[in-house]
Amino acid sequence: MRIAVCVKQIPDPATPYELDPDSHYVVRPNDQVLDDTDRYGVEVALQLAEATEGSVTLVSMSPSGNLQGIRQALAMGADKAVIVDDESLRGSDSLTTAKVLAGAIQREGFDLVIAGTESTDGYTGVVPQQVAELLDVPSLSFAKKVELAEDGAVRIERQTAAGYDVVQSAVPVLVTVTSGVVEPRYPTFKGIMQAKSKPVDTLGCGDVGVSPTTTQTIQAVEPVPAREAGEIVEDDGEGYAKIVAMLEQVKVI
Amino acid sequence: MGFDRYFTDDHELIRRTARQWVAAEILPNVDEWEEAGTFPRDLYRRAAEIGILGVGYPAEYGGSPGDLFMQVVAWEEIARSGSGGLGASLGSLHIALPPILKFGTDEQKERFLPSVLSGERIAALAVTEPGGGSDVAGLSTTAVRYGDEYLVNGAKTFITSGCRADQYTVAVRTGGEGHSGISLLVIEAETPGFSRSEPLKKMGWWASDTAELFFDDCRVPRANLIGPENMGFIAIMENFQKERLQMSIVANITAELALQACLAYVTEREAFGRPLAGFQVLRHKLVDMATKVEVSREYTYRVAARMAEGEDQVTEVSMAKIFSTEASDFVTHEAVQIFGGYGYMREYLVERLYRDNRILSIGGGTTEIMKEIVAKRIL
Repeated sequence: MRIAVCVKQIPDPATPYELDPDSHYVVRPNDQVLDDTDRYGVEVALQLAEATEGSVTLVSMSPSGNLQGIRQALAMGADKAVIVDDESLRGSDSLTTAKVLAGAIQREGFDLVIAGTESTDGYTGVVPQQVAELLDVPSLSFAKKVELAEDGAVRIERQTAAGYDVVQSAVPVLVTVTSGVVEPRYPTFKGIMQAKSKPVDTLGCGDVGVSPTTTQTIQAVEPVPAREAGEIVEDDGEGYAKIVAMLEQVKVI
Repeated sequence: MGFDRYFTDDHELIRRTARQWVAAEILPNVDEWEEAGTFPRDLYRRAAEIGILGVGYPAEYGGSPGDLFMQVVAWEEIARSGSGGLGASLGSLHIALPPILKFGTDEQKERFLPSVLSGERIAALAVTEPGGGSDVAGLSTTAVRYGDEYLVNGAKTFITSGCRADQYTVAVRTGGEGHSGISLLVIEAETPGFSRSEPLKKMGWWASDTAELFFDDCRVPRANLIGPENMGFIAIMENFQKERLQMSIVANITAELALQACLAYVTEREAFGRPLAGFQVLRHKLVDMATKVEVSREYTYRVAARMAEGEDQVTEVSMAKIFSTEASDFVTHEAVQIFGGYGYMREYLVERLYRDNRILSIGGGTTEIMKEIVAKRIL
């Protein structure tokens, strides 16, 4: 089974972000990390590839930097990576991103595409479904478990508010996985060393047949307002009732 | 991060893996293990699987070959667990194996390295004796040759991983008095005539099993002699250089953790109606702490870089151990002071750091011995 996994390099969430004063885009440091949520998709892909003697190709759109984030995923065991790094893609909206990823996936060939549900830095949460549409394959979303059915179809447990649905599709198909779907393996020392000789193809927009157009600009950025002081409920023996009423008012119970 | 002169992208990837592993599998359990005075043996195997345990050892014996800074990364990240004892026991192979790797025969390497590097067996170093720690040349455990065996008699103490090690690299007297009569023997735990104490109760390093070892007509195969007979002293002294670097690195991380805890605490905790961070007396104290951490770390890295180049750094690494442990003495002391009563409570990290730190200016050669070494070289 040929598996493509959409992964993203993001600035390390543990270090402070910097915004470009003119464009308001996040300044991309040379050192980026693999988006933590992508580790789950990579792990699912590796397990399925191991079961089917298949291959795992990472597909990404981001400034390459020193490729540390991509190398983390290669060190976990993926076979190769394709990264689309093009200055004209800066500030792309989700549809452009989806076109680029779909183009790169199409170019590589695939039976299964795996993605996280949303990125940690962008949070649009719509790119995987757009990719599926562009590739003209079904999309199975929010998988908390992924397995192969007897006939080679992909079967998932789709997380719902009440529990889960079992959904199945023949390949080719796209699946999005939730965090916690599997326990991702560590990039081991050996894996990190082996990753150095794995192929990483760097492509431009033209290679994936996309001509980007600027569809959005950021007008202004405002700091998050400081949190307002909470309301203190004095407990005169009836404090619980007041708290219950407050919680009902904000519709959390 | 970003000491680009010392750490490459490869180092940072290993650091990331080590940090993830420590965060996921050590930190959630570390308080429990500290109180229990031990940690699961399985942790050695897990560390080996990830490639952290045997960093710096050849792949043919199951290690993860890498330069000295790869080892620095592993030591630093394990030290970030905040349990000096766990780091000491998990890392005891770094003082037990180097003499075997450097002076052992191929047969000995095959016998004593792979099962330790895979985490199945635990290795420890045994030099210090109840009658004297710093005076290595005066050690009194004897090994007398009878045919194909040595008959070993004596005792060792303060041995890290002492309670559950499977093999010990032991300094013994095979010849006359002084440093020219010392050899290294690998003694396995199941050897007849070998026994060990219960874990010694210590001020700090609680998660580490520290023991006294007894050799009572212990019969050790001659095939376990590492290097030529009576040439052990040089191997021991050489081994100390790396151990002293390791202790300096651990001192730096101990101090750094204490400083970080303080920096977070002074913004939260209020006194007399304002955060502690607003008091100049504490602001300046924190600057003193941060300065020592920074200077010590940079100097230690420089020494490591020169050691990696093969330069003689006996003077410099001794200075690094003196400086870094004095810095961590200061920083951990002040950290408890800043935390006040809470800093004296076990549930606060600075309390453990303060206790764990105390051994660093003693183990691997005391500050006083370090000063003698430096004095001999500069006077």
